[in-house]
Amino acid sequence: MGVNNNLKNMYLYTRFERFWHWLQTVLIIILLITGFETNGLYTSWGFENAVAVHNFVGISWLIAFAFFVFWIFTTGEWRQYVPTTKKMLLVVRYYLHGIFRGEPHPVPKRKDAKHNPLQRLTYLSLAAILLPVQMVTGFLYWGYNSWNAWGLSGFSLKAVAMVHLAGAFAILSFVIVHIYMITTGRTLFAHTRAMITGWEEVEDVASVEDWEVKTKAA
Amino acid sequence: MKRLSFKDCFHCSLAFGLLFFASSESFADQAEQAPGRTMARQATKTTQIWITTDHSKHEILQQAFTSGPEVTKACLACHSEAAAQFHKTIHWTWLDPNVDPQERIGKAGLSVNNFCISIHGNEPRCTSCHAGYGWADKSFDFADPTKVDCLVCHEQTGTYQKFPAGAGNPVPEPTVFKGNGKEYFPPDWNKVAQSVGRPTRKNCGVCHFLGGGGDAVKHGDLDTSLMKPDKQLDVHMGVDGQNFDCVRCHSTTLHNIAGRTYSTPAAMERKSLVEDDLVSKITCESCHTSRPHKPGEKPNDHTDKVACQSCHIPEFARVNPTKLWWDWSQAGKKKDGKPYAVKGPLGKPVYDSKKGDFLWAKSVKPEYFWYNGSINAITAKDMINPGQTVQINWPVGNQADQNSRIAPFKVHRGKQPYDKINKTLLIARLFGKKGSGAYWGDWDWKTAFTSGMEKAGLNFSGEFDWVETSYVFPITHMVAPKAKSLTCTECHSKTNSRLANLTGFYMPGRDGSKVITFAGWATVFGSLAGVLVHALGRIFTNGRNGRKEK
Repeated sequence: MGVNNNLKNMYLYTRFERFWHWLQTVLIIILLITGFETNGLYTSWGFENAVAVHNFVGISWLIAFAFFVFWIFTTGEWRQYVPTTKKMLLVVRYYLHGIFRGEPHPVPKRKDAKHNPLQRLTYLSLAAILLPVQMVTGFLYWGYNSWNAWGLSGFSLKAVAMVHLAGAFAILSFVIVHIYMITTGRTLFAHTRAMITGWEEVEDVASVEDWEVKTKAA
Repeated sequence: MKRLSFKDCFHCSLAFGLLFFASSESFADQAEQAPGRTMARQATKTTQIWITTDHSKHEILQQAFTSGPEVTKACLACHSEAAAQFHKTIHWTWLDPNVDPQERIGKAGLSVNNFCISIHGNEPRCTSCHAGYGWADKSFDFADPTKVDCLVCHEQTGTYQKFPAGAGNPVPEPTVFKGNGKEYFPPDWNKVAQSVGRPTRKNCGVCHFLGGGGDAVKHGDLDTSLMKPDKQLDVHMGVDGQNFDCVRCHSTTLHNIAGRTYSTPAAMERKSLVEDDLVSKITCESCHTSRPHKPGEKPNDHTDKVACQSCHIPEFARVNPTKLWWDWSQAGKKKDGKPYAVKGPLGKPVYDSKKGDFLWAKSVKPEYFWYNGSINAITAKDMINPGQTVQINWPVGNQADQNSRIAPFKVHRGKQPYDKINKTLLIARLFGKKGSGAYWGDWDWKTAFTSGMEKAGLNFSGEFDWVETSYVFPITHMVAPKAKSLTCTECHSKTNSRLANLTGFYMPGRDGSKVITFAGWATVFGSLAGVLVHALGRIFTNGRNGRKEK
């Protein structure tokens, strides 16, 4: 079962998406490294450099994120992130069981359905909750000296810093799992290749169901 | 492959452009000077201060003088208001000018320290640093204008000397001071009187650099190394730099010299010359403004909570060692029946029979406290708790106070006598001949306390013991060149932070949460373990990448 020769090269990720993905990769790695040093979890680049780079990269990300938000809404790509419970259990079962038995993925990728239900949930949480929380707390932390002017004098810097730190740990966890999960494609580097070139070999087009396909905007 | 669309291109370039534009502020203006430095340089460009008289041409100063008061009388003939002005200043009264004299706050009152404790009974020695003539005991007439010593602050020959135990008088004939074995000479009155001018570092330094009975004993940031310092020791006073005299910053009006007096801050407002051209130049902000660093530099964000001195004076007493510990309880030991002294590794006494044990140190890191410019103190009237270290004085301020900054201090600690029954600090009569009741004459503490307390007008129960005390000095001189100012991690660090003692606020790099850090690492390593187990599962069950293929 699951053997499928009906492979098709499919253009999944547009140039902007790929650019955005790798830009975020770089930004997140730099932010994790410098952020942990700012918190004092380790010493390497020097606190002053760490803070300067972290601030620069953080503010840059904040600005860049506005473009991502613009892109995701103008292209309608946001629909790829709408959460669903359909086939969720199948996907969970696949990663806990089927993958060890060589079964095919229950929700293959399609241009209009890039994410399986588990991915939808993960990426939605990331893009709509975790990253915004990091951006808001990071921005507040960065603007600490202006809190009085912003009418936020009652805020606690410690609370802001600790939420930001907790978020950083969550992102680091995500990165670890994400890096592992991308090795579970058809080949070890199939997903990586797709995110670099945009093209991925996808099997069995027919198995995509209607509900998975992004419906066109009216 | 898909062709590069105009839309993609546009997005990418716009994003990139904005990224680098947005954060470039901190990297711009690298070549320019910090505005605080530029403005201060501008404000102090002219070092020439002009005068319109030559005192050597005044006949009144050419008469034959035989004493200080005669010279003062001559000065007052022209400077008619000078003595009246001076009489109101702390340099004359040795009392806090902003407190009712009845409260007796000040050296001349009941304020004490943990050096020689108090002047009561010790006047002739202590008042050698009074800008007056003849304060030998309580009977001194503080209303006599001729008793003002104009010369000690204004003469410029450098030859004028008050005798160390002369109650503020120079000697009438050459005399050796037993305390240091040096010979003191009567002044050439005409020469010194005709030399007068604005006070220089030496005029101020003969008392303020030698406070506590010797060089560098008291302050830690004021000692004879500042007579002719280089820029490395003090960027403002360095002879190879700005070469400021003390009064360049200690702005003076009507003989009132700017500076803190007890609980009154040196400045009540934070104003720069830009806002008020007649502002006293006593604060850093007077010339450097409150945002002295280059735009976008983080230190500008610190000026609301951290005093300039905290970062710019990394260590004090960088040339001469200063005293950090004085234990009076060890005084009185004799060798062959005679008092003795022992010199320590820094060339300073570590023991003196007259005074007890000392500790000295060079290049000392300050201690840091919240400080709004005011220092409160107890007096010899106040009850103490001998069960703990008695803070004789302490900086006033806290984190919530808008006027408070984290500021550097020298803390002088020691052991000194207290009354076991009355629970007050004791004043000892130290200086005096055998039979006078003074400790350095009769070597008996009880009679020394009886005499000292009686002269101060206070009670002594007759029972005494020793208690540990601390005394603070704000550190503000010896500002180092900018390259020597503190790096972030001197404070923003989990280990050895200079601000480890200041709690109640979150400081990046120093503070954190054990719970979040633990939970965070648990999540991270949990994820790592999870994917490793999963990966092993894939390897052992399938051998391939999860998909069976032909």
